Amino acid sequence: MSTNNHSEQPIIEVRHLKQYFNISTGFFQSRPLKAVDDISFSIREGETLGLVGESGCGKTTAGRTILHLYKPTDGEVIYRGKPIKTAKDIEQFRTKATMVFQDPYSSLDPRMTVADIIGEPLDVHHMYKTKEERREKILELMSHVGLNSEHAARYAHEFSGGQRQRVGIARSLAVNPDFIVCDEPVSALDVSIQAQVINMFDELQDRLGLTYLFIAHDLLVVRHISDRIAVMYLGRMVELADANEIYDRPLHPYTKALISAVPVPDPKTARENKRIALSGEIPSPLNAPAGCPFHTRCPYAQPKCKESMPPFEEVEKGRYVACHRTAEIN
Amino acid sequence: MALLEVKDLHTSFFTDAGEVRAVNGVSFNLERGKVLGIVGESGSGKSVTAYSIMQILAGTGKIVSGSIKLDGQELVGAGEKVMKDVRGNKISIIFQDPMTSLNPTYTIGRQLMEAILLHTDRNKQQAWDRAVEMLRLVNVNEPEKRMKQYPYEFSGGMRQRVMIAMALACEPDILIADEPTTALDVTIQAGILELMKDIQSKIGMAIIMITHDLGVVAQLCDEIIVMYAGSICEQGTADEIFYNPCHEYTKGLLRSIPTVEGSGEKLEPISGTPIDLLNMPKGCPFAPRCDAAMKICLRERCERMEINEDHAAACWMNVRKAVKGE
Ligand SMILES: Nc1ncnc2c1ncn2[C@@H]1O[C@H](COP(=O)(O)OP(=O)(O)OP(=O)(O)O)[C@@H](O)[C@H]1O
Ligand SMILES: Nc1ncnc2c1ncn2[C@@H]1O[C@H](COP(=O)(O)OP(=O)(O)O)[C@@H](O)[C@H]1O
Ligand code: SF4
Ligand code: SF4
Ligand SMILES: [Mg+2]
Ligand SMILES: [Mg+2]
Repeated sequence: MSTNNHSEQPIIEVRHLKQYFNISTGFFQSRPLKAVDDISFSIREGETLGLVGESGCGKTTAGRTILHLYKPTDGEVIYRGKPIKTAKDIEQFRTKATMVFQDPYSSLDPRMTVADIIGEPLDVHHMYKTKEERREKILELMSHVGLNSEHAARYAHEFSGGQRQRVGIARSLAVNPDFIVCDEPVSALDVSIQAQVINMFDELQDRLGLTYLFIAHDLLVVRHISDRIAVMYLGRMVELADANEIYDRPLHPYTKALISAVPVPDPKTARENKRIALSGEIPSPLNAPAGCPFHTRCPYAQPKCKESMPPFEEVEKGRYVACHRTAEIN
Repeated sequence: MALLEVKDLHTSFFTDAGEVRAVNGVSFNLERGKVLGIVGESGSGKSVTAYSIMQILAGTGKIVSGSIKLDGQELVGAGEKVMKDVRGNKISIIFQDPMTSLNPTYTIGRQLMEAILLHTDRNKQQAWDRAVEMLRLVNVNEPEKRMKQYPYEFSGGMRQRVMIAMALACEPDILIADEPTTALDVTIQAGILELMKDIQSKIGMAIIMITHDLGVVAQLCDEIIVMYAGSICEQGTADEIFYNPCHEYTKGLLRSIPTVEGSGEKLEPISGTPIDLLNMPKGCPFAPRCDAAMKICLRERCERMEINEDHAAACWMNVRKAVKGE
């Protein structure tokens, strides 16, 4: 939700971050799959930055690389002004930055009790002195996410999807993080349950002063929860702007198409909406085209788009776009 | 006479834990050339309704009672021979996951041709031409080349379009689409929905669109059925359902999603947890989660009541309003 109680101080700065996976293409041959290719942005303390883009464009990989769950191929992540470099930096960072996963059905071990799932990060990071302290901490975390103490001894598989997602969130809060990457945390939930979990993210942010990178494919949900939204395409960031601005006045051709395609839950608007149809297949990140990655589908593409990569530039205050023709087409 | 008439359908699964009443008294009509949406949370009985119409229920599933008439012909108890003809020529279904419904070891072309040869009386050459034509119709580029490729060489969106081509190849009267775009991206999803609508208006088939996405039904459907716990709680035109909801579950559903205007206000979730079909409450199945529940809701289930000629709902609030003359 757009609240303005965050400071200008970035908590996370991402600079020219790259994540290439080596894919074997035959005997002793391999090629880099550029899952994340040179992205730069920063997130302010207390802010929610939404991250959207089509399946396979690199959202999850970006989140995991920022958290150093994957070693970056290149580029750096700066936490509160300090670059994360050494193994010790990473270990400390892990107590400040955590992740909530998409699928509440498979991300929790069915043989563990809720108390043990939530307590595991406490054990790993030696975050208590006595058994009693551990227990209290777990119960406090459970109350943060609206679970009560009688749930502690039960197993995750006994819970509904929404409850499991609460367990996952409690676990990610265990180390007292101030930054959380939320990877599609409500996509697997029923509409009627999604709202409960979304509101909980909001409340936790207010109460604990958290900063979120919120990955999702439902644009209305992302706009609801985010202060700013970043759009990715084929491993690159193509636009970054205020959440309402980007929704009402997208500047990049891909963002325009994406937003025009959102199925709006309102029959009258749906009848009036004109969708920008995209033809052409989505290129594979193994064979990303030269020049602008979107040129194979872009209705505005020109010869120069095939030749050079448009830079990701600030075109208005706080508004970044990667397109050669931003000025002409808007 | 409507093309499809479903009357008081009851379908159960007979599990070790007891009888699961997945569909519990569902009735609706589908007119030729119309798009009907079925929405509801997971487990509310949307797919089982569709599978009952096709008679492709898994495991211990059985139609317990009710009637399903296609063009006036009764399908419940009609036998496998009739149903084969229905499934092949009259009603097609698209499943949620295209990967499980395409055979990974055969080329796309072979699978399309098999469907066509089985369901129409074309020869091989004609079937090939028809398959290419269908691929072109669903916007698969270079269809001749694509015929020789395998499913893994297609992206998710393309596979889904191939499934649609396959379902349409036998020119069905009714296309049932069970969450056909849930796994796809919005730009691809929008293309597929437009494509379905386009083909539908060209060949005049009817569509039953099953989804949990209220955006998709708003986009596509003439009429909407809202299901909860195996029953229809509300039914009406898209405008009636969205702008004049008359069941507390539908109202809650509409309040719980972010709006297009994006007011930034808090969402209003539906409280409680989804229904457990093995432990159904006595009265209105939604009563345990309903903020407006009254005493009568706990005792007795509300019958379906006409709101106007385009709209019906089964909620005691409407009865109360009628009695009070509101
Ligand atoms: N461990 C890995 N090894 C090789 N390739 C990978 C690996 N993880 C991801 N990829 C590839 O990197 C690209 C980006 O994947 P990623 O999971 O980040 O996408 P995403 O944007 O999160 O998509 P979705 O919306 O489907 O979750 C994809 O082409 C994917 O196949
Ligand atoms: N093969 C099966 N065996 C037992 N129960 C089933 C089976 N298939 C579906 N059900 C039950 O029937 C109910 C309705 O399911 P379904 O129609 O698939 O829901 P949805 O509305 O999500 O499509 C659920 O309670 C489900 O668990
Ligand atoms: S750079 Fe060219 S191809 Fe890329 S988005 Fe802009 S206009 Fe389209
Ligand atoms: S019948 Fe009663 S419990 Fe059921 S939805 Fe209506 S008001 Fe709520
Ligand atoms: Mg992902
Ligand atoms: Mg289903």
